[in-house]
Amino acid sequence: MNWKTFFAMLARDVHVARRNFVVLLLQTFLQPLMFVFIFGRVMVRSGYMPEAYKSLLLPGIMAISMVFTGVWAVAMPLIAEFQFTREIEDRLLAPMEISWVAVEKVLAGTLQALIAGLVVIPAAWIILRPGVVVTVHSPLTFACVTLLVALFSACGGLALGCSVNQQHIGLMFSMVLTPMIFFGCTYYPWSALDSFPILQKVVLVNPLVYASEGLRGTLVPHPPIPYLPLPAVLVALTAFDALLLAVGLRQFWGKAVS
Amino acid sequence: MVGIRTRDLRKIYTSSPPFGAGGFGPPAARDKRKKQPKPEIVALDGLTLDIAPGEVFGLLGPNGAGKSTTVGILTTRVRPTGGSAWIGEHDVWKEQVQVKRLIGVVAQRPNLDFSLTAREILLFHGAYFGLDSQARAVRAESLLDRFKLRDRGEQMVRGFSGGMMQRLSIARAMMHDPQVLFLDEPSAGLDPQTKLLLWEIIREYNQTGKTILLTTHNMEEADALANRLAIIDHGRNIALGTPAELKASVPGGYLLRLRFGQHSPDLLQQLQSLPGVREVRANDQNGADLYSDHGGSLIAGIASLASAAGVELRDVHISEPSLENLFLHHTGRSLRE
Repeated sequence: MNWKTFFAMLARDVHVARRNFVVLLLQTFLQPLMFVFIFGRVMVRSGYMPEAYKSLLLPGIMAISMVFTGVWAVAMPLIAEFQFTREIEDRLLAPMEISWVAVEKVLAGTLQALIAGLVVIPAAWIILRPGVVVTVHSPLTFACVTLLVALFSACGGLALGCSVNQQHIGLMFSMVLTPMIFFGCTYYPWSALDSFPILQKVVLVNPLVYASEGLRGTLVPHPPIPYLPLPAVLVALTAFDALLLAVGLRQFWGKAVS
Repeated sequence: MVGIRTRDLRKIYTSSPPFGAGGFGPPAARDKRKKQPKPEIVALDGLTLDIAPGEVFGLLGPNGAGKSTTVGILTTRVRPTGGSAWIGEHDVWKEQVQVKRLIGVVAQRPNLDFSLTAREILLFHGAYFGLDSQARAVRAESLLDRFKLRDRGEQMVRGFSGGMMQRLSIARAMMHDPQVLFLDEPSAGLDPQTKLLLWEIIREYNQTGKTILLTTHNMEEADALANRLAIIDHGRNIALGTPAELKASVPGGYLLRLRFGQHSPDLLQQLQSLPGVREVRANDQNGADLYSDHGGSLIAGIASLASAAGVELRDVHISEPSLENLFLHHTGRSLRE
């Protein structure tokens, strides 16, 4: 394995992300933070939502920001570079096995998702306070869950970016990401679906459910209502990460070699 | 110095071929009664090449002849259906990383990194190939200079003209000083001045002992650069040799296109007897195509035969021996078709 090449590619992605920092910032945070403001502040203060909703919302917003960032950071460049600009050819011709180019993309996407997740906590906290409770009782569990969520978003980005045609980008957002977010227990805890027993089972195929519930479990450990058990969350996220990475690498190979 | 070998290389696309590798012929007709799920496009049909170390080798052929597929296979980007290919002693498909270290590739269509400036493109490319930062900076500087891009170094390439992108693509391919350089249609769409600059740089690079494989359907370019040429059509090698050898292999070599005031079969018969004339073909209306060993010196004889026959000679056009004539001779089709 040629680590020099690998880290040079990572340096390139960091360089480009830094150059586009403001754009990335607006793209990632504007919508979730507006959501936080309206639902967490306006609706709560006006009495339509209970105060406890603030603490439930924050981990969900963190999950959305991370998934959106990771998918965007990996999928969008891949779609453009494989189909339109062919920019990726330079990296495919670098002296390294082709699959490692994909692994590098996943690592860069994971880092961006992690940063997005860690930045959105204080930002949302500022908008929501007072009344929001965020505590990290087990830093190790929190780190594990956050890392698995970040990895899931980047692997998902790889699988989508190598499967979606350029003309179907809009469809990718409306048919894949939007339902994932709405049925991903991001704006409500999984137990809120108790009165919809079938839906409650069906949403378990959505990896974002485990991301939101996992973050909720580690950030708001004394819930007024129960969450999905953490061990189940860790197992499910690990399985989704592995599956999406395998699918993504296979698709990447198919795109890279004729 | 590193050479290139292919043995009986075959490539059949079952999905649409990549850009620049069109394959030839219509997809095999689908018969609905038989189960034939995918149309097959044969792009290479047993191509064998031996390119010596340090040689400038040209692949000449019309669009869809298999040129880009050959380059794709030799640069690890296309998986051959059959046969084998080596760069130096390395099997291209089995030892991809070693092969990628030896080669530099300029694709048919610019594929520069749009998120970077011209200088950054060179610097990061150098980093991918493990050059240390000082070596990268020095090499990038000299390449920007050589390709007349020094004042554009800090600009994003998004706004570059086609010619500038092509120059930068070639500079990038040379950044890690590869032993073998692949140029797929290097001067397509370039203005004459840039084309000459590129030719000069390509020759210069070759003089440092590097092997160069270029594909083109421009015979002028093949003539100007290549030590040897393979003419390929329908994925097969149909002629191989130096440009001079290949041109000499066309019977006669010279083509005189004549136009007369009126049609006269007797005159065409008499033209056949002029010294050096190999073949006379009547063309449309009152003209004739005359293939011969020499060009201008025949005109006096043609004019006197015409005047003796009472036929006015209205127009003469002489084509010198060319690869175009050669291609026409081998395939019955023009290179530009």
